[in-house]
Amino acid sequence: MPEASAPIVRIRNLSKAYRRGTQVIPVLTDINFDIARGEFVALMGPSGSGKSTLLNLIAGIDSADQGSIQVGDVEITTLGESDLARWRAGSVGFIFQFYNLIPVLTAYENVELPLLLTHLSRRERSEHVEAVLNVVGLADRMDHYPSQLSGGQQQRVAIARAIVTDPEILVADEPTGDLDRASAEEILQLMDRLVREFGKTVIMVTHDPRAAEKAHLIRHLEKGELSVT
Amino acid sequence: MFFLKYILRNLFRHKLRSVLTIVGVAVAVLAFGLLRTLVGLWYAGAEHASDTRLVTRNSISLVFPLPISYLDRIRGVPGVTSVSYGNWFGAYYKDQKNFFANYAIEPRGYLELYPELMLSPKEKNDFFLDRKGCIVGERLAKTYGWKVGDLITLKGTIFPGQWEFVLRGIYHGKEKATEERILLFHWSYLNEALRQTVPRRADQVGYFVVGVKKPELAPEVSMAIDSLFKNSLAETLTETEKAFHMSFVSMTEAIMVAIQIVSYMVIAIIMVVAANTMAMTARERISEYATLKTLGFKGGHLGGLIFGESVLISLSGGVVGVAATFPAAHWIEVELAQFFPYFSVSTETILLELLAALSVGVVSGIFPTWRGATIRIADGLKRIG
Ligand SMILES: Nc1ncnc2c1ncn2[C@@H]1O[C@H](COP(=O)(O)OP(=O)(O)OP(=O)(O)O)[C@@H](O)[C@H]1O
Ligand SMILES: [Mg+2]
Repeated sequence: MPEASAPIVRIRNLSKAYRRGTQVIPVLTDINFDIARGEFVALMGPSGSGKSTLLNLIAGIDSADQGSIQVGDVEITTLGESDLARWRAGSVGFIFQFYNLIPVLTAYENVELPLLLTHLSRRERSEHVEAVLNVVGLADRMDHYPSQLSGGQQQRVAIARAIVTDPEILVADEPTGDLDRASAEEILQLMDRLVREFGKTVIMVTHDPRAAEKAHLIRHLEKGELSVT
Repeated sequence: MFFLKYILRNLFRHKLRSVLTIVGVAVAVLAFGLLRTLVGLWYAGAEHASDTRLVTRNSISLVFPLPISYLDRIRGVPGVTSVSYGNWFGAYYKDQKNFFANYAIEPRGYLELYPELMLSPKEKNDFFLDRKGCIVGERLAKTYGWKVGDLITLKGTIFPGQWEFVLRGIYHGKEKATEERILLFHWSYLNEALRQTVPRRADQVGYFVVGVKKPELAPEVSMAIDSLFKNSLAETLTETEKAFHMSFVSMTEAIMVAIQIVSYMVIAIIMVVAANTMAMTARERISEYATLKTLGFKGGHLGGLIFGESVLISLSGGVVGVAATFPAAHWIEVELAQFFPYFSVSTETILLELLAALSVGVVSGIFPTWRGATIRIADGLKRIG
């Protein structure tokens, strides 16, 4: 059992570069970074500084060149594709800038998606889906298709989908980037609640200083290197 | 279950695109089935031909006649049961487009050699007794509304003039493949007219039909007949009716092969079109596939999703195509009756149609499935907005 103070994310000497032909574009160089359990971290930095890349590495949807990423007690850099997929399904919730809901599925079905990979029965799945739709305040819209919901509502459905498997960490890449101020505020409050009430760890990439204010901790990424503010 | 629902909803996402693809596959499958049936029927004539009947003709070509005097000598060949003869008459009814086969034949021997032309004893007898009499097949009679006792006038082409016949009988084909669009009349009627008008063309026949006791005797009897007339003015070529038909078929072999190739090309073309459509569809949904992968779905899940859609679309087209094949074949049988004795689609063709549709689905699904299954998540997610 890890100590309460042990970081949930532990990054050591992480490097990543993209290769285009013979050209090598270093994106992250020798990153060291810990995130404590129940933390709300904002990652900021200029465009192209590697924020999304770092987030993707932590979430296990991209692979590092060097270094170690430990999430909980799992060293994810050594996992194969299949194990990594299983690990993501259980341990990480994703929130995207453009919500990434499946347009032909209803709000309910979108939220149910991650549960299809579990052994839960239909009844159990329905209980979980309804519970998280209640948390995001959209239980009454569960039969609506994404096109029938506002941007803010779609993002709340996406958040419901991210938390339905009860993952330890939530990663969000510019979750308010496509929203007006009022909707953005709602989403940020919802994420704050997830941290406070449900003890989630949230890692959020953002350009918006207002969004960053909600976080407990802001990290700046510049030219592939991290700094604390 | 969930995936089926998802596939179906995806199918209806671009209704027009899906409908057009389904219609395209259906039309291709229909064309494939009809062309195959056509080719099959072309060879069916030869397949149904008797192997106890031989045809003796001029060895130079079918258009050169043989003297009637050969008849008795052929009759004398051991193994021969009966001999009849005939001439291709090539006349038409009223208008040149009313084309059907008509032959001047020696009736008694001919009907004995062709038991598949079924006539009532009375009609048969009436035909034998009336030198100006003729018989026709049921389908031909139906086409022109002829009844027994009607006077039929044909315009001659090879043998010019107006030729009058009295319809004495309507035969019914014993088998489906039996040609029912033929008119037969007395060779002696033609011959007498020729004696009076063009005597040098009289006493000649286009071919002899020779019955043999059993099929095994056919080669022997053929050789015996041909050697009888070796070095005479008109040498003969005798072969089984099947081989005789095949010599017709082989004249058109190249066309049939071409039709067969076309039938496969139709499928190949729709394959390319469907593959392009599926690739387009999959490309549009790349970010969705990446999202699903992010959530923990595996390449196999996505593969099933894309592959399922492509196979479902093509199979729907296949089913529509198969369903359309029957009425289309019926229409051809009725409207193009002069070209085909019958036009029925075999079970084999139906199965091949479905197989063709399935392979369209499989082939068109392969590339997008592979793309979707192997997409790097980070790349797929970027393709948003
Ligand atoms: N697939 C790729 N191939 C090559 N280079 C890439 C690829 N993905 C990202 N990069 C490069 O890596 C760098 C960091 O990209 P990343 O998306 O992480 O930036 P970011 O900080 O999220 O920027 P933004 O704020 O604009 O989203 C950029 O220079 C980008 O051009
Ligand atoms: Mg980014």
